[in-house]
Amino acid sequence: MSRPKAVVLAAPGTNRDHDVSFALDLAGAEPRIVLLAELLAHPDLLREAQMLVVAGGFSYADALGAGRMWSLELSHGVGDALTGFVAVGKPVIGICNGFQVLTGTGLLPGALGHNASGHFQCEWVGLEAPASRCIWTRDLEPFECPIAHGEGRYVHPDPTALAAAGQVALRYVGHNPNGSVGDIAGVCDESGVVLGLMPHPENHVLARQHPRRGRGTAGAMGLPLFEQGVRHAEEQ
Amino acid sequence: MRLTIRSKGADPRSAGLVADAHALGLTAVTDIDVADVVFFADDLPHDHLAELEAVLVDPLLQTGTWEVPTDGIETALLPGVTDPAANAVQLAMQTVGLPDVAVATGKHYGIAGVLTTVERQAIARRLLANQVIERWEPAPIEPHFIDAHATADRTVDHITVTTLTDDELLALSRERGLSLDLAELQAIAEYSRGVGREPTDVELETLAQTWSEHCSHKTFRARITTRNADGSEGGEITPLLKQLRDCTDRIDAPFVVSSFVGNAGIVRYSPGVTLAVKAETHNHPSAIEPFGGSNTGVGGVIRDVMGAAHHPIAVTDILCFGPTDLPADQLPDGVLHPRLIESGVIAGVADYGNKIGLPNVAGAVIYDPGYIANPLVYAGCIGIAADTPELPGPQPGDLVVVIGGRTGRDGLRGATFSSATMDATTGDVAGASVQIGDPIVEKLVIDAMAECHGLYTAVTDCGAGGLSSAVGEMAEGVGADVDVTLAPLKYPGLRPWEIWLSEAQERMVFAVPPTHWAAMRSVCDRHGVEAVSLGTFTGDGLLRVRAGDLTVLELDTHFLHDGRPQRSMTAQLPQPSRDAELPPVCVDPTRALLMLLAHPNIASKERVVRRYDHEIRGATVVRPLVGEHHDGHADGVVIAQPADQHGFAVGIGVNPWFGVHDPERMAHSVIDEAIRNVVAVGGDPDMVCLLDNFSWGDPRRESTLGELVMAVQGCCDAALAHVAPFVSGKDSLNNEYLGSDGQRHAVPPTLVITALAHVPDASVTVTPDLKQAGNVLVQVGTTAVEFAGSHYAMIRQLDGGAVPAPVAGAHALYQRVHRALRTGRVRACHDLSEGGLGVALAEMAIGGRLGVDIERVPHTDLATALWSESNGRFVCELEPDDLAWFAETVGDVTVLGMVTAEPSFCMPGIEVSVDELVAAFKGAHR
Repeated sequence: MSRPKAVVLAAPGTNRDHDVSFALDLAGAEPRIVLLAELLAHPDLLREAQMLVVAGGFSYADALGAGRMWSLELSHGVGDALTGFVAVGKPVIGICNGFQVLTGTGLLPGALGHNASGHFQCEWVGLEAPASRCIWTRDLEPFECPIAHGEGRYVHPDPTALAAAGQVALRYVGHNPNGSVGDIAGVCDESGVVLGLMPHPENHVLARQHPRRGRGTAGAMGLPLFEQGVRHAEEQ
Repeated sequence: MRLTIRSKGADPRSAGLVADAHALGLTAVTDIDVADVVFFADDLPHDHLAELEAVLVDPLLQTGTWEVPTDGIETALLPGVTDPAANAVQLAMQTVGLPDVAVATGKHYGIAGVLTTVERQAIARRLLANQVIERWEPAPIEPHFIDAHATADRTVDHITVTTLTDDELLALSRERGLSLDLAELQAIAEYSRGVGREPTDVELETLAQTWSEHCSHKTFRARITTRNADGSEGGEITPLLKQLRDCTDRIDAPFVVSSFVGNAGIVRYSPGVTLAVKAETHNHPSAIEPFGGSNTGVGGVIRDVMGAAHHPIAVTDILCFGPTDLPADQLPDGVLHPRLIESGVIAGVADYGNKIGLPNVAGAVIYDPGYIANPLVYAGCIGIAADTPELPGPQPGDLVVVIGGRTGRDGLRGATFSSATMDATTGDVAGASVQIGDPIVEKLVIDAMAECHGLYTAVTDCGAGGLSSAVGEMAEGVGADVDVTLAPLKYPGLRPWEIWLSEAQERMVFAVPPTHWAAMRSVCDRHGVEAVSLGTFTGDGLLRVRAGDLTVLELDTHFLHDGRPQRSMTAQLPQPSRDAELPPVCVDPTRALLMLLAHPNIASKERVVRRYDHEIRGATVVRPLVGEHHDGHADGVVIAQPADQHGFAVGIGVNPWFGVHDPERMAHSVIDEAIRNVVAVGGDPDMVCLLDNFSWGDPRRESTLGELVMAVQGCCDAALAHVAPFVSGKDSLNNEYLGSDGQRHAVPPTLVITALAHVPDASVTVTPDLKQAGNVLVQVGTTAVEFAGSHYAMIRQLDGGAVPAPVAGAHALYQRVHRALRTGRVRACHDLSEGGLGVALAEMAIGGRLGVDIERVPHTDLATALWSESNGRFVCELEPDDLAWFAETVGDVTVLGMVTAEPSFCMPGIEVSVDELVAAFKGAHR
């Protein structure tokens, strides 16, 4: 069986496109980094793909607010193609800046504000997947991976309703690093195929990447999350 | 018209500003409200306002208003300062189909608290507006919009030098800020007489840049005569740079691919892969505009690695600040408070590295009163490349291609600025020397370069001196003919010399054979990188610069690069005290330990390290923070590409406190420390290369030069003893500040050594945090009574003594330690440095949140055993069964005691809980 094709979308300033491509490759997909300008010129690239990844970084230096410029370009350039991609049930994931972008396009609910600390933070966090509609986090064991962001404080007017709707896909365990409402680290859309999350599971896909591996207390990897996405793409 | 955008809830910038205001003594400030302002040059139709607001304001996070405020203080950028936020707004307006109008951005501040007008103005002047790039006014401020219609002034002046007297030449140098000495001015006058005409302004500025201390290392190439401490003549010594190079030649390490040429040192530790490594300083720019200075320091050193045709993969930073609790009334005139310098520099380093997407993996932050007026900012970069043949260099007929950022007036005369002594007016006059970084543009250039292999014959970066240095260096021997008016500009109206000398960031210069030009342009287009050809490399050995048809510069490249007369200098050698000393008395070792752990130089740097992304690329295997709670400091870091088994370790050595007492032993000690740091994490001591970065005072002062001479001597001895070649280095001299008290303040002699070592197996690395109760702790190496410059002497305000001596046989010892570490049986390893054994053991306990029970210390004198900072030592943790094997493998081992499950720290004279150690280590200096 051929590997599902994953488009890893990168805007000017995207910088974790190679990391997530490495993770997707390990998870069984065939990743291809596509520059935003290429996608805007050839929206068909989306139709040929089975998965879409909006990768992390600082698109357009986040000069208008994190992810704002990129989400404008996506909405105005390929908004219909994107909605169509989701409508047929193909999995989409937005990581960090990608999460910020997907909230900006309206594909995901809520918004991401400045961290409660007021500055960029890089640290490891624990994550758990509550029961939700999300196809990416189904049956996922708690795992650990780093965060690296300045604007990751999840804001939503009614987090209880969001949880009741099965759209809270990931929560921080033990320590909420950025003041997100309800410890929310990731949310999905109503269909469950679109996931947005601030942490970087793509940076914990090898055992040696865990900071406590020498102590024998390393947490689980983030790789299964990508494997779930790939499995869903294969089933479509 | 203007839109003011405010956060819902507290703006994250407010708390920091209030704390800064309090630190400046303005404690009546209760709140500083911050809002962003977007100005539009033309009024927009009403129906566009809602659309624009929807683009710029996120209703869940922000509110927007079109009303013009009548109170508060506002800031706007000075004319000519790049405004990336304004560019982004214009791009967004274009994307959603709004009309094209000029945009500018600024900030609105509401200051709450019972304050006088004078106090409010003081806050605006000292805190809110950095007057090097911004101005402030009571709201509402009127912004400057970029004048898109300015006309280029293509005039070129000829400056009379051929007939000037010596005094007149020196006056000319002063007036134009050339930083040239008399012999150099005379050489220019003589050359001009030879070619039969006066130099143009462009030629004179180009020579000043190329011959600046910053670019040509006059002192490190100078003919130096020494005078001994007793006043007797010592004779002429080999120039300093040659000494360092000779040492690399003598070591003749097979892994060195390129040293001391080009932009970075290059080594090959594994077949088929090379690493480029470089470190730079950006001290003066960071003193006057901390964010922009450190930001572009990082951007610049990354370009150095790109200029060595390597793909950047990690950055490092070493920062030296004045005490951040300095009372405001002790601050010299014209100097920013160390607290503001610290926060600005750290934010600048974080911004560039995080946005460009490179992990910031190693560094140090140190504090000393000697850095109040002249902070030091070292930035390093490591790059990787497939092992390919060396580039041939520019060939006649190749195009002179510039790619990346546009050229503006940024950073004009930066090289001469950094080679001059700063004074109280520097912040005012040096405005144009400040560079503005745009990491996203540089990221795109990196991406484009990754696809340009084989398309160019030479590459270098535009750093200090801009095109004049970059094209000037590449044209050496071959010659070039360029038209500066072809360079894409940020805004019109630049004169030819401004384009030629601009230090606008994020530009690279390539020599491209005409047959490859189309392919290269297409790669750049795909990545949204501007690429233009300014001219050709000619083959006639002449550097010719034109503005259209008007020739503005024509210089023989041999004169440009080799015409500078060698400087002759005298060094007064220091005579450090190295007598045997009596050990100090330590009455309360527990209290001393807690004081040392809380000392700003030793205390946790977590609040800095976490501001930097050290995870991106997934290659950071040993991080700067380690242990059960990820809050212990690692000795070095290990980077291994996700698909590779092997990797490399990076370690830093710096100790200005040793430098003040004994520059020669300091140099030896910091090299030993940098190498210990890489060995402790699993680096191979037989495959280590070094970078030297000197930040020193004015070398024309004979005693200052004498200290430099001895430091270089120490460097050479240590490199030979450790068989670790230097591959690159940089010196930043004239780190002095002329205070309004009329006295010159120099930084302490600060040598930063970066060690880069091969790690044969990245899955067998070691960290210093204690791992398991019941394990045995041993000290490797020998402790002597050596307290000069030690942190124990610092907290006890002790004087005298000797700086730690070089340890004979250290290299062989490190080889044996490495052999033991490679087996994976050594559970923890920590190098002993600031604070000695006491602090090292405490750091291991903090990292592992485990206790220790130490029964025996490695010296008969307790204070010496605990706090002496002798070289050549480690503490290792072993399973009890491995002790005999380890002692036999390594030798020179003292068994200290055990790791305990109970979190208490017990050793002779000390009994304290690990929680108290953590509180001291992490609590202070927040």
